[in-house]
Amino acid sequence: MSFWLLLVIKVGVIVGVVVMPLVLGIIFGELKISAHMQSRIGPYFAGGRFGWAQPLADGLKFMQKEDLVPDAADSAVYRLAPYVVLMGTIATFVIIPFGPDLIARDLDLGVFYLLAVSSLGTLGVLMAGWSSGNKYSLIGGLRAAAQLIAYELPMVLAVVAVAIQAGTLSLNGIVEAQATTELFGLNIHLPYVIIGQGLGFAIFTTAVLAELSRIPFDMPIAESELTMGYLTEYSGIRFTMFFLGEYAGMIAFAAIGATLYLGGWWIPGFSADDNLMNFIGPLVLIGKVLLLAFLFIWFRWTWPRLREDQLQTLAWKWLIPLSLFNIVVTAFFKVVF
Amino acid sequence: MILTDWFTMPENFVYSAIGVTMLATAYRVVTTRNVVHAVLHLVAALAASAALFLLLGAEFVAWTVVLVYIGAVIVLFLFGIMITRAPLGVETELSHPRRIRIPAAIVSFALFLVIGSTMVGAFKDDVIEPAPQGTMEFGITRTADVGQSIFQRFVIPFEVVSVLLLAALIGAIVLARKDPTEEESEATGTMR
Repeated sequence: MSFWLLLVIKVGVIVGVVVMPLVLGIIFGELKISAHMQSRIGPYFAGGRFGWAQPLADGLKFMQKEDLVPDAADSAVYRLAPYVVLMGTIATFVIIPFGPDLIARDLDLGVFYLLAVSSLGTLGVLMAGWSSGNKYSLIGGLRAAAQLIAYELPMVLAVVAVAIQAGTLSLNGIVEAQATTELFGLNIHLPYVIIGQGLGFAIFTTAVLAELSRIPFDMPIAESELTMGYLTEYSGIRFTMFFLGEYAGMIAFAAIGATLYLGGWWIPGFSADDNLMNFIGPLVLIGKVLLLAFLFIWFRWTWPRLREDQLQTLAWKWLIPLSLFNIVVTAFFKVVF
Repeated sequence: MILTDWFTMPENFVYSAIGVTMLATAYRVVTTRNVVHAVLHLVAALAASAALFLLLGAEFVAWTVVLVYIGAVIVLFLFGIMITRAPLGVETELSHPRRIRIPAAIVSFALFLVIGSTMVGAFKDDVIEPAPQGTMEFGITRTADVGQSIFQRFVIPFEVVSVLLLAALIGAIVLARKDPTEEESEATGTMR
């Protein structure tokens, strides 16, 4: 099959079959969970049973709104910003493995590529904040950038420890390493969150919550003080882009977290070479993604927001030293055993 | 190489497209009337250079350019501009006086000559051999090989550079930090 045909098929499958249905599912899930946690009545009753009409109503509302560009805005940059954010997020799906052979491209660099493309989102957020020509947007953009820079470090350092333990940067390689690591010479294989990387998983999850600007780390779009931060001026389809980008990012990071720490498409008791994994692998991975997504949603609707200085203190004084300690311990065990 | 050969290789067209993009955006970096636009054009120029590295099979270098330059340096540029003035629209202060154009052109051309002649002199007709087929993806430098060469053959330069960076980091903190004076620390009751 020609390269270009294969490329079109891969992009179509990833965006159409994996990302979009999962995004819609998680948006609906968030509505339902928030309704049950905070007694919001819309998602209970809209459309009759299960509140099925609520996401449709939200979607229609977003689409029929006018796509405004403020007078003071820098039009070209303002229009481009949502695509930059979305591009960085969608690009991470290239290296997420859904099974031994179900991967768009098993890059040798894997994790490194992931960190590089996910840093593009920061650029889009800064572009949105500056180009809106609005002081709330600018402050929101600055806060977002400060937060993304601060939390990228513990995330990278947590991932470094995984790469040391697995001995590879390729995501499929990391899954296979988890499927073959022996616990004290016994024939038991367990995911990294149980053997070795429990602390790393906690650091990674916290940093991911901050990277996604979700509560308790939503200072950049804190409604009570900044209206909506860098999203203030956006409406209609461009706001929807940011909105979808946020949920696509949630799925991407949940999938990465599941792959690095929870064993990805592999479940204990199966062999990684088994062809069966190509069939049940995607379901296993999506199950783990939904589990992590539920965790993120749960945090959002039950926790208060951190103050800006508390947020920076947590990153620089706690998470970074802890992740360095995690690297030292992991490297020690890697050398000794 | 004759011209018909040139047209049969698709890489050449990709290379030309990337090169033209890079030149155009690099030109806009110095001619645009808005600082933020200059930075955003620089992003495009850097992305094009990363694409050139990808074309050469130097995957690791390409993504390092994206991670370090676009993801960190440019973000810090933008952060610095926005925290100070955040100019929207055309800036009149950002002038391009005519009298510096000729010296600037001479310096750029001289730099181009030095780098170009060094490259041509050093490599001449050498062809960089891609990795043997079947070992890894064809033509891609393996990350493990990059790691091996950094931490075995070039370990001493690597350590020297890391010490230099650490010193620069400490220097930056020392320069930027303002220690409270005696009166201030007494007034606020904080320890020095």
